[in-house]
Amino acid sequence: MSHRPVSKQRVNPVTSVLRTVVAAVVAVLAIAALAPSVASAQSDDAEVKGRLQARDAEGERVGVGGVEFIASDLSGNEIARGVSDEEGNWSIQLPPGTYDVLLNVDTLPDGRELRNPDKNPAQVRLIEGDSKSALFPLGEAQASTSSEIEIVQLTVDGLKLGLIIAMCAIGLSLIYGTTGLTNFAHGEAVTFGAVMAYLLNVTGIFGLRIHLLIAAPLVIVISGCAGWLFNRFVWFPMRRRGASLISALVMSIGFSIFFRYVILYQFGGRAKRLTDYQLQTAWDLGWFRLLPKDLVIMVLSIVVLLGVGIALQTTRVGKAMRAVADNRDLAESSGIDVERVIRWVWVTGTALAGFGGVLFATTESINWEMGFRILLLMFAGVTLGGLGTAYGALFGSISVGLFVQLSTLVIPTDMKNVGALLMLVVILLVRPQGLLGRKERVG
Amino acid sequence: MDWGGIIENTFRGLIGEQFIYFGLAAIGLNMHFGYTGLLNFGQAVFMAAGAYGLSMAVATLGLNFWWGLVLGIVVFPLILAAIMGVPTLRLRADYLAIVTIAASEMFRIIARSPSLDRWTGSSDGLTAFANTFYDFSPFDTQKRYFFGLFIGNQMWVVLVGWIVLSLVVLAVFLMMRSPWGRVLKAIREDEDAARSLGKNAYWFKMQALAIGGVFGALGGMLRAIGTQSAQPQSFITDITFFAWVALILGGAAKVGGPVAGAAILYGILNFTDVFLRNSVADGWMPEWLMTGTQVGQVRFMMIGLALILLAAFRPQGLFGSKEEMALDDR
Repeated sequence: MSHRPVSKQRVNPVTSVLRTVVAAVVAVLAIAALAPSVASAQSDDAEVKGRLQARDAEGERVGVGGVEFIASDLSGNEIARGVSDEEGNWSIQLPPGTYDVLLNVDTLPDGRELRNPDKNPAQVRLIEGDSKSALFPLGEAQASTSSEIEIVQLTVDGLKLGLIIAMCAIGLSLIYGTTGLTNFAHGEAVTFGAVMAYLLNVTGIFGLRIHLLIAAPLVIVISGCAGWLFNRFVWFPMRRRGASLISALVMSIGFSIFFRYVILYQFGGRAKRLTDYQLQTAWDLGWFRLLPKDLVIMVLSIVVLLGVGIALQTTRVGKAMRAVADNRDLAESSGIDVERVIRWVWVTGTALAGFGGVLFATTESINWEMGFRILLLMFAGVTLGGLGTAYGALFGSISVGLFVQLSTLVIPTDMKNVGALLMLVVILLVRPQGLLGRKERVG
Repeated sequence: MDWGGIIENTFRGLIGEQFIYFGLAAIGLNMHFGYTGLLNFGQAVFMAAGAYGLSMAVATLGLNFWWGLVLGIVVFPLILAAIMGVPTLRLRADYLAIVTIAASEMFRIIARSPSLDRWTGSSDGLTAFANTFYDFSPFDTQKRYFFGLFIGNQMWVVLVGWIVLSLVVLAVFLMMRSPWGRVLKAIREDEDAARSLGKNAYWFKMQALAIGGVFGALGGMLRAIGTQSAQPQSFITDITFFAWVALILGGAAKVGGPVAGAAILYGILNFTDVFLRNSVADGWMPEWLMTGTQVGQVRFMMIGLALILLAAFRPQGLFGSKEEMALDDR
């Protein structure tokens, strides 16, 4: 099963320049990540504050940002306003007195509502130097009454999730197909993309925050470079040494853990959000509700996936990728430079995963473990479709996305991923080659 | 810098509770990977099976401690082995890896789910299930034992742990000398050859998975008893790889390999942990480089790095032999 040692590569001048550029980019980003954030300290006579939190799909507490709070005196005159930050913290500075603090329900993100709407506004009495908390517990919005409408809504959500998983999973499948490596570190490529987007969009480089529309293509390029580096300095030498696939697999697990905890170390354990496109009002389309950004995400991913499909079908390198995935030895003996193809697979695969990470960050939040969670959904999708086939990955991932969302009709929302993972076990039991895989002995 | 504390903690890592829990888990992995070539990335779930088997029996179902032992050591691990093994053991090695890691994630989601709080205690986990165990303790809870390293109850856990560990090592030694053990090694070396000699490779792999899982469950159960709690957080996916590093570091396919590996690993981990904590507390460590909360993350980075370096440069570990290495030449 081991790969034969690969012939030595010529050192390309372009590559060495590229290497320098990439190193510079990495250094700049590292500095930006380390730069301390400046906290502004305000002082006034008294303040009312709070932390607005809700449970996310995983059942974990996350802050709810961008929600407006209005403090008015008892005769109804507005005195001051405050907005919750990404961690849900808000505070309003006020002179001592008694106030009504109103949570502006219109600014709540979609799907969130107050658990006790009759306790809004809340009355607080502040004396000098006071710092009082006002609590506004949030709950899930009541599910729509009609179950057909719910099914349509969940199908749309599932399609969105599936498209993003598919984008992330194509690289996983192609890397497996061309090199035989089950790359457990592929999930961290997704997290990497999301964190890079956060760095550019929220932290900013030298104080300059880049709009998401510009940041996203940048992230794709950075991710592609990272994939190239990862292949060049880790997997290419391993292949040349003829390392076994099992030790490569154990190494990829090591990288997955290492990268994950480096990200946790730098990024912190709390979920964060991008600044752009966070507050949008959903379009009510009768059968389902859709945020404008979600439509853009779905259209974008369909375009990218179609583009990848066409590239695989028509371009030289795309055909070569499929040839290598199909039969490496045959491809090599018919004159295809297998190492070049593998390089392309790593670059495009990681770039797509990074882009998937940006899309995830846009719809949900960024979290150091997000890639690992998605990785397991990717595995489910790729196995369902047939490991090693690009179209199988696409088909399987969309099915998994739909399955995850629709399963919430039956099981509690916080356990929805369990359904997909159980599906993985069932597929292996009945049709281990996947739905689109070739029937051959996989043992 | 409290050098006395650092030395004490390092020594405690070499022989103490963590060494026992993860030594047992690593012996189980040795059964899976070292002898049979199975890639089990979900040993943490087997550990959790032991911990939750005992704690759910006592704290949720109200059974007595002995039924808890049966549930945690036999019933839960065997069910788990069947769930993970039946679909995957006929397939290529990486499918087991995917399913076992998926099982860890499933465990995490299910154990933390508030909707099952009544059964599992969700994120807080279960407590108060080990009283019977401590009732048997011959040690005075107020006194310190073993050069002052362990207080009474800890000493009891560690003593029982040492006995269990020795028995398991002996069992593995005897099993691997038997014809049964030779079949496992034959499957690792060449499954088709073993099958052509009329051995039911699938069934042997299933047995190895179950037995290794039981060893892992013993480790997990002792961990639950030692900490007097069974929490989802103690058995997250990454916990598996502490046992993996212990195994590969010591040397897979050696009876004593995982035990030596666990001792060395926890010696090193405890040393760095306490050393870094001291540095942060004393202000040696610049704050932009590392804070108190970040110290806890360093050990996970070290585990990742250790897996990478061992797999790449020394797959046979410290005491293993290259000839008997499932990590090599496949």
